Amino acid sequence: MSDAIESPPLPDGLVAVVKRDCPTCELVVPVLRQLAREKPLTVYTQDDPGFPGDPKAQDDTSLRVSWHHEIEAVPTLLRVESGVEQQRTLGWDRAEWEALSGVAGLGPELPGFRPGCGSRSVDPDLAPRLAARYGASKLEARRVELAELEDEMEAMYARGWSDGLPLVPPTEERVHAMLGGTTRDAQEEVARVPPDLVPCTVEKVAINAVMAGCKPEYLPVVLAAVEAACTDAFNMHGLLATTMPTGPVIIVNGPIRRAIGMNTGINVFGQGSRAGATIGRALQLVVRNVGGGRPGEVDRATFGNPGKLSFCFAEDEEGSPWQPLSADLGASPGTSTVTLFPGEAPRSIVDQLSRDPEELARSLAVNLRTLHHPKLLLAFDCILAVGPEHARVFREAGWSKQKLRTRLHELLQVPGSEFVRGAGGIAEGLPESLRDATLPKFRPEGLLIVHCGGGAGLFSAMIGGWVNGEMGSQPVLREIRP
Amino acid sequence: MSRPSDTSGTSGNGSPRVLLDPTSESRPASRPRLPRLESLEGRTVGLLDISKARGDLFLDELEARLRAQGARVERYKKPTFTKPAPVDLRHEIATKCDAVVEALAD
Repeated sequence: MSDAIESPPLPDGLVAVVKRDCPTCELVVPVLRQLAREKPLTVYTQDDPGFPGDPKAQDDTSLRVSWHHEIEAVPTLLRVESGVEQQRTLGWDRAEWEALSGVAGLGPELPGFRPGCGSRSVDPDLAPRLAARYGASKLEARRVELAELEDEMEAMYARGWSDGLPLVPPTEERVHAMLGGTTRDAQEEVARVPPDLVPCTVEKVAINAVMAGCKPEYLPVVLAAVEAACTDAFNMHGLLATTMPTGPVIIVNGPIRRAIGMNTGINVFGQGSRAGATIGRALQLVVRNVGGGRPGEVDRATFGNPGKLSFCFAEDEEGSPWQPLSADLGASPGTSTVTLFPGEAPRSIVDQLSRDPEELARSLAVNLRTLHHPKLLLAFDCILAVGPEHARVFREAGWSKQKLRTRLHELLQVPGSEFVRGAGGIAEGLPESLRDATLPKFRPEGLLIVHCGGGAGLFSAMIGGWVNGEMGSQPVLREIRP
Repeated sequence: MSRPSDTSGTSGNGSPRVLLDPTSESRPASRPRLPRLESLEGRTVGLLDISKARGDLFLDELEARLRAQGARVERYKKPTFTKPAPVDLRHEIATKCDAVVEALAD
């Protein structure tokens, strides 16, 4: 392996890199013969060791020379002195070849210029494998060698890496391909991941993203989600350790939703969308494997919820009557963001009869009141996901998002006589000292409204939060960087 | 088109399959074996009878051969083959012996 990683030196003189599967390389064969007569010339061939035959080529079908010397196109002509590259030119350009080689009258019968072809060493299908083979030193994670008779899927379970579902084996090749999804350096620290507060590199996130089933283009979303989750404001440690059934919920806004094929419509919280299913899972695996947060250890949830495996969705911005959630939280238009919310499983709100916005707002409010317990107020935030058919009612009546939020806030004022301990014959509630107060269900910024879901169904949904504010967790917005 | 000849990765025929560790690497990936003994001369070898039929005959033979090579031999016996060896017995073997042979039988 170390032989492969070391860059092979280039011989002094002229060096040409070619492949048979390139018409320009075929074209310059007479020029290569001409050069070989005048100067020391070494030809490397990428696909067929028999090409060009005269002059005889060095075999670079392994692409080791091409990869290490960053050949991007063929033919490439280089001039090397004392093992150091002095100059290179790509494709066929008579003037440049003559200047570089110092040989005049090259290929008189050829056209003066022909662009080259792509080098095999940058072929997207081969590049991750070559990077794994020749660039392995860039990956610093410990290598785990499997025994000959060990089943690789079972081996990952046995090592405790899995959340219960099968994992994609994180080979060097796959991790290299995953890292191609970001411009960030593999060894850059992304965050300190709770509960163990372990420094986590881009590489570690990429390994867990591979296992979760992510495609490389999802990686920037996963990285942003890890950053957001590991802030003091979001308090991932507390959210993990709580006995409440909540976990990180990732809401994606902006152009990247469509670019990576996220679902915003039918079954938006459900199964079947790779991006949603795997991005949330990648965050969960980072917390599990890097942070050391596992159920029964630091994770003390009484019930948990199925969304703790993965809960990531995107807002239907195009079909929405309102600006997106990211804009509500201060993001400028056109930016791609993640918002992390400490949420429980979504719950359906059915109203198939309300046709005016006041009726529908009342209907939503009476459901929102029940979050966690109808007598518990102010302690928990909530995402209200308004479905397209409910949104239509507000759109047609000209209700802005702010108008809906204000009206819900008015409708969710609760008198002390209803919420104090013992009221209604129910012990749960707020202290007796608040009997004369009227309190809202949610703090002013505690109701987050998004638009998503399938086009048929007069439904909305609510995703209840964990303890809010300084004591618990704040929703955290993060811009997604390439 | 030919494929790169020596870039078959780590999952090819016969070559080891290698995964990248997704964890914080704060725990060892595997427990290394103790170094092998270079000679039995003067070393203590424990022979553990797991209490299966005729295991003692096999171990008697083994003891004679080990002694002939200059090893000291200690004999141990599990109460029953159906359960793991008691902690005390394992501890005694670990403290007194340089190597151990655990005998099956039948």
